Amino acid sequence: MFFTKDHEWIKVDGDVATVGISAYAAEQLGDVVFVEVPDLGKVLTVGDSLAVVESVKAASDVYAPVAGEVIEANGDLAAAPETVNADPEGAGWFAKLKITDPGQIEGLMDRTAYDAFLASL
Amino acid sequence: MSMNSVGRPTRPTLVATLPGAIPATLGGGRGLLQDEALIFEREGWDSSGVDLPEPSQDASDLGDMVRRAPIGLPGLSEPEAMRHYVRLSQKNHAIDLALYPLGSCTMKHNPRLNEKMARLPGFADVHPLQPQSSVQGALELMDQLAHWLMTLTGMSAVAMSPKAGAHGELCGLLAIRAAHEARGDARKRVLVPTSAHGTNPATAAFVGYEVEEIAQTADGRVDIADLAAKLGPDVAAIMVTNPNTCGLFERDVIQIAELVHAAGAYFYCDGANFNAIVGRVRPGDLGVDAMHINLHKTFSTPHGGGGPGSGPVVLSAALAPFAPTPFVVKRGEAYELVEYREGEAVQAFGRLCAFHGQMGMYVRALSYMLSHGADGLKQVAEDAVLNANYIKARLSGVMSAAFEGPCMHEALFDDHWLEGTGITTLDFAKAMIDEGFHPMTMYFPLVVHGAMLIEPTETESKAELDRFCDVLLLLAEAAKAGDVERFKGAPFHAPLRRLDETLAARRPRLRWRPELSTDVAAE
Amino acid sequence: MRYLPLSPSDRSAMLGVIGAATIDDLFVDVPVAARRDQPVDLPFHQGELEVERALSAMAGHNRTAGQGPFFCGAGAYRHHVPATVDHIIQRSEFLTSYTPYQPEIAQGTLQYLFEFQTQVAALTGMDVANASMYDGSTATAEAVMMAARVTRRGKAVLSGGLHPHYARTAETLAKVAGVQVQRLDAAIDGEAAVLEAIDDDTACVVVQTPNLFGTVTDVTAIAAAAQAKGVLLIVVVTEVVSLGLLKSPGEMGADIVVAEGQSIGNALNFGGPYVGLFAAREKYVRQMPGRLCGETVDADGRRGFVLTLSTREQHIRRDKATSNICTNSGLCALAFTIHMSLLGEVGLRKLAMINHAKARDLRDGLMGVPGVEILTERFFNEIAIRVPTNAAALVETLAGQGILAGVPVSRLSPKGGMDDVLLLCATETTTSSDIAALVAALKGAF
Repeated sequence: MFFTKDHEWIKVDGDVATVGISAYAAEQLGDVVFVEVPDLGKVLTVGDSLAVVESVKAASDVYAPVAGEVIEANGDLAAAPETVNADPEGAGWFAKLKITDPGQIEGLMDRTAYDAFLASL
Repeated sequence: MSMNSVGRPTRPTLVATLPGAIPATLGGGRGLLQDEALIFEREGWDSSGVDLPEPSQDASDLGDMVRRAPIGLPGLSEPEAMRHYVRLSQKNHAIDLALYPLGSCTMKHNPRLNEKMARLPGFADVHPLQPQSSVQGALELMDQLAHWLMTLTGMSAVAMSPKAGAHGELCGLLAIRAAHEARGDARKRVLVPTSAHGTNPATAAFVGYEVEEIAQTADGRVDIADLAAKLGPDVAAIMVTNPNTCGLFERDVIQIAELVHAAGAYFYCDGANFNAIVGRVRPGDLGVDAMHINLHKTFSTPHGGGGPGSGPVVLSAALAPFAPTPFVVKRGEAYELVEYREGEAVQAFGRLCAFHGQMGMYVRALSYMLSHGADGLKQVAEDAVLNANYIKARLSGVMSAAFEGPCMHEALFDDHWLEGTGITTLDFAKAMIDEGFHPMTMYFPLVVHGAMLIEPTETESKAELDRFCDVLLLLAEAAKAGDVERFKGAPFHAPLRRLDETLAARRPRLRWRPELSTDVAAE
Repeated sequence: MRYLPLSPSDRSAMLGVIGAATIDDLFVDVPVAARRDQPVDLPFHQGELEVERALSAMAGHNRTAGQGPFFCGAGAYRHHVPATVDHIIQRSEFLTSYTPYQPEIAQGTLQYLFEFQTQVAALTGMDVANASMYDGSTATAEAVMMAARVTRRGKAVLSGGLHPHYARTAETLAKVAGVQVQRLDAAIDGEAAVLEAIDDDTACVVVQTPNLFGTVTDVTAIAAAAQAKGVLLIVVVTEVVSLGLLKSPGEMGADIVVAEGQSIGNALNFGGPYVGLFAAREKYVRQMPGRLCGETVDADGRRGFVLTLSTREQHIRRDKATSNICTNSGLCALAFTIHMSLLGEVGLRKLAMINHAKARDLRDGLMGVPGVEILTERFFNEIAIRVPTNAAALVETLAGQGILAGVPVSRLSPKGGMDDVLLLCATETTTSSDIAALVAALKGAF
């Protein structure tokens, strides 16, 4: 699992990447009340808005950590947005992307580096 | 002697009432506070509180367009309706009850003369499309209000029709956009300080501009260096609130205007805080090109639980030709409402609403202006500023003011003084509810941590200000003394305790539905 | 001054606490060039009596609707409002409260908004309604923007029966938002023509029923045909009393319904303040503009109401908000909901029947005037007629005789080529002698 400075995580399996937000981010947002996941087939470049996650008081964009095409979105979040709080780095995933450039993963932080980044905040 | 041992006791029975030992009521009511069901939860929906004669003809000509299925509207007799709404009303805080110190909202007294004037049949019972010869008084009123607004602001024109502040912002930016386009100079960006009202970036985006934030200096004002760096040939306008949302006057406002104009952009001023300077400072003297005026703030038209407002926009000579229709002009002794602008003056950007704006609010605002006069309005600004500085002076020893120096009409505090107490700005505000006051504006502006923005307005007496400050100081002492439960659980004494906003947003129930009610009414 | 509680001694005591010598010390941040020591050039303060005298004189220069026969409609309607309504909306707790951002001490406002939303949803036949917009015209413009967001398409088709001022308002807003607007030519009975203008980029078609000319349209087929192409149907209602008699837009398949709510609870007020109604299908709720009130519970489990789904709104979302609207028409919505609660289903249906019957009486009367042609076949309480003269001039002439004889179409649409078309409306306030006076005057007018 890799992380961005904007608190997205990404897990890569072959050329498919699963994307979500980190436990730290989920805690900072507070109670998540709504998640807008992307349409299938949407092609994203790094930094494009992949999803919108809303708490009562804030709406935040979730950015694509790598470029790719959306091949699956987590439809369960519509009925149970609280999953993002309960299991942010597991069942609370947002979308799966078919990666176009695996090299982009190299610029991201691993768990140790991300923890150190959080400690520096 | 004759002994009369019959009759009621005349002294309270002495029962020790320990905190937490007060028994809950059995039926849901609490003294003067009645538990009131939704109108949809009553039995029998076939009552009506309106007596109507029998129709003279039927609706057979409408055939299958006639509605057959039940609509779902319960009816209440007049006494039931009166009770329903009076019971509801008693669950609201109001200016007429106590200080309502919402910063940036200008919750001042709403004179009842205004209400009486707006209800004169000559204003209330007049149709917007009557022949103009039959509405000369209404047009005269609009013309006179426009004259007052232009004179108070030192501006050359005013667009009357915007229906609220945000609608006024829309009007101003549409005029600015039209002015740029008329020169063939399409521009892309609008600059907005971080401390701006949310409506500013929302409006700029609505009008199709990219929004860029301007930094703020350590003393709570626009960072001129950052502004200068961000200005460029693609900047259409800057939107600055003055006095700003930190309650401070933008000292460098004239220099800001010069920089903006030198870059070929326009200066939009959010006039939400005009109350601080009305009658004392004219925005036209500061280089402003457009500014909306919230009649429901500065000019005392009631907030009404969230509207209606009214947001006329004053315009500089540069923007005046682009004002929307309709507007009033005086030709000789007659007033004319110009509803179409074609031919020689096609620059008008369009129309903002169906008719001529918020006439009912115009009457109230003019009634207020005539009452105060030029001298009284100047006094309004001075007393509003005096009251805010008085609060700031009285509370600053205990609470931490966000900025040094005098404030304008509102005093801004941050939450540094609560550090280590475990109590947040929200907790503190909710405890104010228990003490009988409406909380101040919280967590706005965004540039100050845990912001508490207090705007008393000029219509508070010194005694009420002292009562308010005394209570806040007691609360602050309690917070610092570690009386955490008083704050965390607050409010305890309001009609309801804190509400679960997460539940409301996750499972939206935006209307009553029979299947969701425990007490299903007959449908 | 009667609205200012501070006395001169209060002021000097307070300056002392602040540590300022004079009030000018508090205005030091104002640039010297912009400071004004003297009041601006306007009259000085006046007492209640003087103000009342001045404003009453202006009011006296208007002819009121109640002064004689009156037939104006076209987006604003004269109805009788029960005395209870005006009494309740003037209660301090409603009149002088702010937007209910502190729900613990604003349940009064929140509960009536929840009831209002439920009434509007029921009346329009839709799933959800918001807590009000400024008026029907701005609600229409917002509906067009919303349809563009929902469909991610860039064109709106407006029927020729849509109120011209509504169309112009929508056009003004749509233009800057990059939505193309196609307005069809005015037509007495031609709402279905919107279907022919649909193309691949069409987000919505906007129809009005009863339309500007009073024509009642069954939009069921329009809804089906539009939706088959992924186009949303927006139905506009300017006379909301009609919904007491006519099939609801929701029943006919509308996706978004917007309406002018003035007819219920609110006076004519020369055009404002009014109250815009906005209702939609549940699946579009997160794209709706404006405030929404929702049900929840408090810390003790008691039912209560809060403003919800606020992340759509400007104070949270800022430049990504669904609309820039903040202040709405709270007190007008209160007037609406009180009047509607008093009417109830029984009263509203009867009120609508009476309005329709009065319009039939009016039509019957006008049929007896030589030279007048009735243009509207199926109507609720408003009809269009053709007169053998310039309609605007005719209205001026009749006004001189004390009759406000409706709205000439040229007033709304000067270049529409309908200079001889007049819109006339009858409501429960219209009497048979009003109609007789109009008929007699028309017979003498040409």
